[in-house]
Amino acid sequence: MAVKFEKKGEGLYVLDVTGYVCPHPQLYTKKSLEKMASGEKVEVIFDNPSSAETITQLCEQQGHEILEKRKEGGKFIYLIKKG
Amino acid sequence: MENEEKRNRIWALIITFSLIIISLLYYQVNVYYMYLVAYTWFGFAYGMMLQNGRFCFASASRDLFAAGVPRMAVGVLVALMFFSIIQAILSATNLSTFHPAPVGIHMTISGIIFGLGMVLAGGCASGSLYKVGEGNMTNLIAVIVGLCIGQAVFVDIGGLFNKFIPSSWEHSALSKGLPLYIIQDGWFDKYLAGYVWNQPTIRISDLFSDSLPGAWKYFIGDALIGAILPALLILIIIYTKYVRKSFIKKRKEVNGGRIGLTDELAGMWNMITASKRTTLMGVLIGITAGLHILVMKGLQIKFEATNFGELLVRMGHTKDVSLMGNVFDPGYWYITSQEAQFGAWILEKFGWNMQDNIFFAINNGLPELLRNPALWMSIGIIFGAMVMARLNNEYKLKWPKGELWVWGLLGGILMGIGSRPSLGCNIGAFFIRSAGGDPNGWLYGIGMVIGAFIAVKFFNWWTERKMAKELESF
Repeated sequence: MAVKFEKKGEGLYVLDVTGYVCPHPQLYTKKSLEKMASGEKVEVIFDNPSSAETITQLCEQQGHEILEKRKEGGKFIYLIKKG
Repeated sequence: MENEEKRNRIWALIITFSLIIISLLYYQVNVYYMYLVAYTWFGFAYGMMLQNGRFCFASASRDLFAAGVPRMAVGVLVALMFFSIIQAILSATNLSTFHPAPVGIHMTISGIIFGLGMVLAGGCASGSLYKVGEGNMTNLIAVIVGLCIGQAVFVDIGGLFNKFIPSSWEHSALSKGLPLYIIQDGWFDKYLAGYVWNQPTIRISDLFSDSLPGAWKYFIGDALIGAILPALLILIIIYTKYVRKSFIKKRKEVNGGRIGLTDELAGMWNMITASKRTTLMGVLIGITAGLHILVMKGLQIKFEATNFGELLVRMGHTKDVSLMGNVFDPGYWYITSQEAQFGAWILEKFGWNMQDNIFFAINNGLPELLRNPALWMSIGIIFGAMVMARLNNEYKLKWPKGELWVWGLLGGILMGIGSRPSLGCNIGAFFIRSAGGDPNGWLYGIGMVIGAFIAVKFFNWWTERKMAKELESF
């Protein structure tokens, strides 16, 4: 099982942690944001419901902005801008 | 999308109505089964609240250490405080089923093992159950292999494992007058009868029985000193270490740099209400856990029995009960012992004799699955969570792949092992006991936090390693 962290465009990344359970989605989200520069965006895709609440609070506390939250067939897709 | 929502709502209704029909069938068979039905529906309520609040004790320390997010730690502590007040009311009115456990360092050691396991498995004992309800099969592996089979094996094995038992425990166990076929072979039997049973039980209210009049000992001793003050202290520590810096920075920008006690209190309140969903569920879980005790006690009074085993015997199911005439019937929210019974039931089908140890033969019995009251509570949790996940459109059947097999198996086994020496898990050993004025709860909680901290360190290293591979191409 592999985590996917890819560059989708200029300043835009995709982190796909579908299939992973706690604590992996939140840990990979945190680590991805640490690797990115301020102002860059990452689309985080996950399907573990309890990670949603933690990722939201993680962003609030660390000053990142969640630009978009979508739900597609049991998948959560969050677009996060690094603060 | 609309079709999916509709399908989810239909499934939620099917599950709920199925449980209603099962409950009515039990009532038809014998009114005594209302005892079992009460467990089922409280389990159902716990499951709904756990799923909706994403309420997991593993997340409490794990997300704090791994991501600096205090959401769940706050939720657990809020639930604990509310539950302690209700426990005190029930104790004061002689309606509590709570009883403290033998105190000792075994609680912390057990908690460390459990803490490691819950972070690896991705859910505590209650968290794993509700996540099974969400369709998460990694947690099902942890539950079946670790909490069910693992625990049953753990309490029954002897042979080489007998050699790890100090001779003083062995002598003490043999002096208890238990049947030789039970005490002769099995390390856990000697641990229980030779060590645990020799330890004192402490309840904070008992320490105040002379100095505080009437029921005050429960409110001041068990609730205030035993649960609320320690929980508030931990909340202050969490606020200071994880939240204060960023909150005060924002506050200074707003009011020009002056910071006083009001700002600190606002910061604490902001932390508590940051995840309204979790905190609200914490309050509701605390209240429900108290109501659960009240209902079970009420049914005991109505049926003139102190344990469901007595009712099983009255109904003629004498093989279900232990030598003491009991079955596992905690009278409150509890998770792991019934899973051990389920594991033992499976192993017995394969010819393993599970009736030669203290855990099943003397303490808990081994009832048929359909007559196991606490097991129905666990089934209720799974179905309650499934209904809520369906209503939230969050149900998704997910089979483990690759490394998740390892984490599920290893975490589940460690949780199973970490539940038994302490006679409980994150619910029975930590939550219920801390709120009931039994210092054992905090001893176990400290262990859980230490174990979680170690496991988070490991996962930090592991994810860093995997991320580095992903970043090689950049």
